[in-house]
Amino acid sequence: MTDYDAIIIGAGHNGLICGSYLAKAGQRVLILDARDQAGGCASTREVAPGFRMSDCAQWLYQLDDAIVRDLGLEAAGLKVGARKRTVALQADGDHLSIDGDFLRGAGIGTKDQAAFQAFRKQMDVFGKLMLKLYRGRAPKLVDANWPDRLTLMKLGLGLKLMGKTNMQDLMRIVLINIYDVMNENFDHEGLKAALALDAITGTNMGPRSPNTVYTYLHRALGNQLQSKGVVQVMGGMGALGDALQKVAETHGATVRLGSTVQAIVKEGDRVCGVTLSDGTTLRAKAVISSADPTTTFRDLLGYQRLETGTARRAAQYRTRSGTAKLHLALSDLPAFSGLDTAALSQRLVIAPTMDAIESAFNPMKYAECGPKQVFDISIPSIEDSSLAPSGQHVLTALVHYLPYAPKGGWEAHRQAVLDNLIEQLEAYAPGIKGQIVASELLVPPDFEAAYGMTGGNWHHGELSIDQALMMRPFPGSTQYKTTIDGLFLCGAGAHPGGSLMGLPGRNAAKEMIKQGAFA
Amino acid sequence: MITSSRDIMLLPTPFHSRVEAMCDMNDWGNWMGYTTPNAYFDVELEYFAIRSTTGVFDLSPMNKYRITGPDAEAYLNRMVTRNVSKLGINRVGYAVWCNDAGQVMDDGTIFRLGEQDFRLCSYQRADDWLAWCTLGFDVTITNESEDLAGLAVQGPTSCTILTLLGCTGLDQLKPFGIAHFTFEGAPMMVSRTGFTGDLGYEVWVAPAQAEALWDQLFEHGREYLIKPIGSYALDMARIEAGFIQAHVDFVPAEEVVRNGRTRSPFELGLEWLVDFSKPLFNGRSALLAEKAKGSRYRFAMLDIEGNKPAEHSFIMKGDKVVGTVTSAAWCPTVKSNIAYAQLEMPHGAVGDELVAEIYYQRELHWTRMLAPCRVIDGPLFNPKRRRQTPAPPF
Repeated sequence: MTDYDAIIIGAGHNGLICGSYLAKAGQRVLILDARDQAGGCASTREVAPGFRMSDCAQWLYQLDDAIVRDLGLEAAGLKVGARKRTVALQADGDHLSIDGDFLRGAGIGTKDQAAFQAFRKQMDVFGKLMLKLYRGRAPKLVDANWPDRLTLMKLGLGLKLMGKTNMQDLMRIVLINIYDVMNENFDHEGLKAALALDAITGTNMGPRSPNTVYTYLHRALGNQLQSKGVVQVMGGMGALGDALQKVAETHGATVRLGSTVQAIVKEGDRVCGVTLSDGTTLRAKAVISSADPTTTFRDLLGYQRLETGTARRAAQYRTRSGTAKLHLALSDLPAFSGLDTAALSQRLVIAPTMDAIESAFNPMKYAECGPKQVFDISIPSIEDSSLAPSGQHVLTALVHYLPYAPKGGWEAHRQAVLDNLIEQLEAYAPGIKGQIVASELLVPPDFEAAYGMTGGNWHHGELSIDQALMMRPFPGSTQYKTTIDGLFLCGAGAHPGGSLMGLPGRNAAKEMIKQGAFA
Repeated sequence: MITSSRDIMLLPTPFHSRVEAMCDMNDWGNWMGYTTPNAYFDVELEYFAIRSTTGVFDLSPMNKYRITGPDAEAYLNRMVTRNVSKLGINRVGYAVWCNDAGQVMDDGTIFRLGEQDFRLCSYQRADDWLAWCTLGFDVTITNESEDLAGLAVQGPTSCTILTLLGCTGLDQLKPFGIAHFTFEGAPMMVSRTGFTGDLGYEVWVAPAQAEALWDQLFEHGREYLIKPIGSYALDMARIEAGFIQAHVDFVPAEEVVRNGRTRSPFELGLEWLVDFSKPLFNGRSALLAEKAKGSRYRFAMLDIEGNKPAEHSFIMKGDKVVGTVTSAAWCPTVKSNIAYAQLEMPHGAVGDELVAEIYYQRELHWTRMLAPCRVIDGPLFNPKRRRQTPAPPF
């Protein structure tokens, strides 16, 4: 007798979405999470009294419309802000604004404007095809069964229907780097850098690293969704977690927080449940892990309980990340040169050139904290005054790149790096230093500790071609199944990967129902 | 470690000076990177030394790995298909290991030297696989291949000769047992194992003692007609005795390029080595699935009419090709024409009557022969002395 049909490890957005779909389909679902708050990386934290910030992810740009609709997330309280422009800050105060496919400022020429529109159009063609591929299980190439062959045929047809030029372009660029593609298309350094930043966010890659076109396309997928760009979640990203918890519970799933899964229980050849840190064992027909693959295979199962091939692939799975986060509580609205309040509420980017991004990447490769970083900044309290005491503000920034383990350990570097980051901001926002009420730097090991993401990688493992699509997370454990009966994956480590997208969770649920995992 | 005055590509074994001195044929082969003799003086006479007196085979090129540590037993149990927990100290077990797909990577012998101390003797280099297998286990793997020299001493007079060499009480050693002696003041390990299906031993010493071991062995064995044997003679003996060989009867799974060319233990007639009562071992789930679904191939031993070895023959059922021969030899002692074949299921059950398509030539004249054959239940050569303890004296 099992306690549940499905136990889901992790109440992050994918775990909650997977659980909601399963519960909706009539399964008895238990969702466990070690944290006291549901949502995982969709979280809001009070960093200083009265100052609440999106603790991990700060922008929503990929949450699939189908999920919002299917689960009734808006009725459950999810409210998003207006679509953001991207404002790429330039040293001279004449900033570049990217609004949909329209560029303004920073001396952008008509040639770049026209090239950008053509580029966006082509990316839309690619994005549409990619979204189709992302909304279902990735087809296996070897050992493909009929549904997989059908998917491959549709994919081939989709490629063909793009037209010869688009198809050739996609084949040509998909494995190369964003640096070369930007240079092929544009002249304006600021534009190239602002776009390239999208390709490297959350990765262990620089603009010149192969694979960055794929990561760019992954991110640009958001343009195919209703929001058509970046938005902020009202109440902070945690409001998304709360709404997801609510829908999961409404659909009948049980969400148990503060429950740490210690191990996945295997009896004979089958996974049959989990053991909690308090010693309780819970049983289910299926255990679905939304934890990252390293945590799932190395920590919860243990390599010694896997066959060598699986252990080896899990051990080789790459999970480094160079993304850190800067949190500032500010006594007043910071004054960025050349930006009014309306512009300040947009997505602000400090990445002057692609070389500046690459130069920020270089020291990290050698586990060093470089002198200069690039920033992706949000001041959410302008659009959402509930996040800070009246008249005061919060600023959060994604910062690239900082190493997972600098020489001497993070405690030897943390304060100096934090001061340096603030100093770099000061150059664009004179006086910001004096407005700081509280400040905080979160580095990759902090994300690992707080959210259980190995390496602090928010994609739950590098999103590179060798770990993507039909190879995500690794051969043998694709299509949401693992090599072990009864154990499934529904997190960002499964196809189609990371960011607050929800498709791994949704696809996993649909696939499990289709395959009769609870029979 | 053997040193040479110049860089040579095939390495000499620790016995090379002695092997070379006795290799009248000067017929050399490449065995896993080592220079080894195919034949010393006459293949048939060497073969008969194994069966009638004693043959000595230099098996130093075998790969030897020491596996130690608190998890050594668990580590091996996860790696190989048989149950290593049942292997007592100073006992040897034949084993195969598979990849996750349940396909055989290699076969070899496991020597249990202590509670947490094993030696794995493999045909293939296995360093990388052994290293991958350590993930999650507290074990240390040491490649001892160059630290140990080995001789197979096989045949009816082998026990007597080794006793004269100083292995007192060796006749009491049971098949697959290990005994420890001192030779020239250094440790010498003797196991009652071999690749000939006869009474026989494998003797292991440090390379420094190798030449002395060879010299004394031949000195004590002269009256018992001890002879060195090359790989051709050993091959006849192993086919007669029913032993399969990597690269001949199966391709190691991780070396296979083409889909479907690997073989599972079931497909090699080694189901007796697969212990499903173990909760986990590499290939377990795939092998369980194969067991439920049925195998693609069956390994069969064929007794073929006539005396023409059925090397590389097609095996037919009616006019349909149902398989091919991997090893074949005329076996002089049992006076039978034996072949191993990989047959498509459901062919190859014991007693099945098939036909081997044999091609042979005499003076550039090729002849095609359709020789009737029958699937037999295990090797025809299986002498009592192979199992007797005490080993019969001579």
